[in-house]
Amino acid sequence: MSANLSAIFYLISGVLFILALRGLSSPETSRQGNFFGILGMTIAITVTFLSIGSISSGLTYVLIFLLIGGLIGAFIAYKIPMTAMPELVAGFHSLVGLSAVLVAISAFLNPEAFNLGFPGSIKLASLIEMSIGAAVGAITFSGSIIAFLKLQGIMSGSPITFRGQHLLNALLLISIIVLTYLLCLTQSSNFFWILLAVSFLIGFLLIIPIGGADMPVVISMLNSYSGWAAAGIGFTLENSALIITGALVGSSGAILSYIMCKGMNRSFFNVILGGFGAIEQSATSGDKEHRPVKSGNAEDAAFLMKNASSVIIVPGYGMAVAQAQHALREMVDTLKKNDIKVTYAIHPVAGRMPGHMNVLLAEANVPYDEVFELEEINNDFANADVAFVIGANDVTNPVAKSDPQSPIYGMPILDVEKCKSVLFVKRSLSPGYAGIDNDLFYKENTLMLFADAKKMTEEITKNL
Amino acid sequence: MEIDPFIFRLSIFILSIFIGYYVVWSVTPSLHTPLMSVTNAISSVIIVGAIIAGLAGNSDSDFTISNILGFLAIFLAAVNIFGGFLVTQRMLQMYKKKKKDK
Repeated sequence: MSANLSAIFYLISGVLFILALRGLSSPETSRQGNFFGILGMTIAITVTFLSIGSISSGLTYVLIFLLIGGLIGAFIAYKIPMTAMPELVAGFHSLVGLSAVLVAISAFLNPEAFNLGFPGSIKLASLIEMSIGAAVGAITFSGSIIAFLKLQGIMSGSPITFRGQHLLNALLLISIIVLTYLLCLTQSSNFFWILLAVSFLIGFLLIIPIGGADMPVVISMLNSYSGWAAAGIGFTLENSALIITGALVGSSGAILSYIMCKGMNRSFFNVILGGFGAIEQSATSGDKEHRPVKSGNAEDAAFLMKNASSVIIVPGYGMAVAQAQHALREMVDTLKKNDIKVTYAIHPVAGRMPGHMNVLLAEANVPYDEVFELEEINNDFANADVAFVIGANDVTNPVAKSDPQSPIYGMPILDVEKCKSVLFVKRSLSPGYAGIDNDLFYKENTLMLFADAKKMTEEITKNL
Repeated sequence: MEIDPFIFRLSIFILSIFIGYYVVWSVTPSLHTPLMSVTNAISSVIIVGAIIAGLAGNSDSDFTISNILGFLAIFLAAVNIFGGFLVTQRMLQMYKKKKKDK
């Protein structure tokens, strides 16, 4: 196949990838979008095979690795529980990062295969593109590994900080530029290896200071990085499918990071610099511990809800941890049988990744037109009878509107406190991720239900 | 004076960033998780580089390090492609509208 023809096919697959993302603008068109994505990928892979003139004996191995990888991927895709999506996505990001690194190394060692010149005299532009692809890929890889370990709970979710952390990161980032420069100057492979090592280290250092609940930002950010890495390699390979995809993924991740940061009213740098929540705790605890709270049991909750005409459910990360989404749906079904209107309110940063709660609710067969985003539903709280908060905390804290001293001040919150009564399913009175007390616990119209989210929901259903 | 082909690739890149910007803003927030998994899958189109690396060079059976790294990259990207698209498919299948009958 001629180079021009294959370039056209790569362009077509790039366009199909754009359509794949476009399809996600509504659930109806999304499945078709995914099909376009698969089609684009099939075209890209087929064209690559056809465009390589002389087939070497490597072909068998290429196909074997493709097959094994595919089978493992398919197996994971079918087995993975929906609650583990954040871990899965983080894990997958690390694979994109690592394959970018491997392709870059391979191109560095054997530039003839990619028409980039010869070892020791690689084209300058290609060398720069390769370095960028490799460095960003390496950062994506080690950063995603840390994110994965934190999400899996293998590594503690609390931020790890030390003195001089930011200075060290800044120095390492500068050294990447210096190393790239030296590499271009000397073509010496040593600089390339050091560059890779430093990049791996940066990815690691960049993610360790970021705490568990900031993971939505981290995952989106790594998503973006994996795109830029792919684009860097795309420039090296002069492949438009890779360049288009890299740009799409890069901007997609960047937008998601922005949305997540806005959902917490924090700047991107504030999140990246990390250490959030660790310091504030000592200041606010103390006198508040003795404030009275009303706590109740499943019977009280069932009574309240039975007499309501509309209920809004506010799910959070705790629901995912307790795997309570199915029990919740059953409770809602019972409520609906009693002609009670039920809707769901989702905060942008609920859960551990963008859209996390929506997927879990969809898994439990909750129709997506009953699930609303913050702006869509926030005015309805004032007219609702009961708000049922399950596994959420900081995103309902009215202190975000009233206390300028609070670390979450200015964060958009769900106006749960405007409801006639609030049911709060929580294991204890402990503060949420931001390390601050929730005033909502002590409100007159709040009933605390101290229990595991799943057990409590099941209990309530029995009592309805 | 001739324009360096790099400029054309740069143009594609910059324009794609803008397309990405507008397309992603139109993605409904409830589909942000599938968005991440599908972007993950499509960014594994990096497999084209891996295939070139894996197939490069001589026809005898001695593989260079470059070939072997290519094979490994093919494996990783394949996990991602199949895993990414299929898990997206699985998620999207779950998004259902309210049933008409009550």
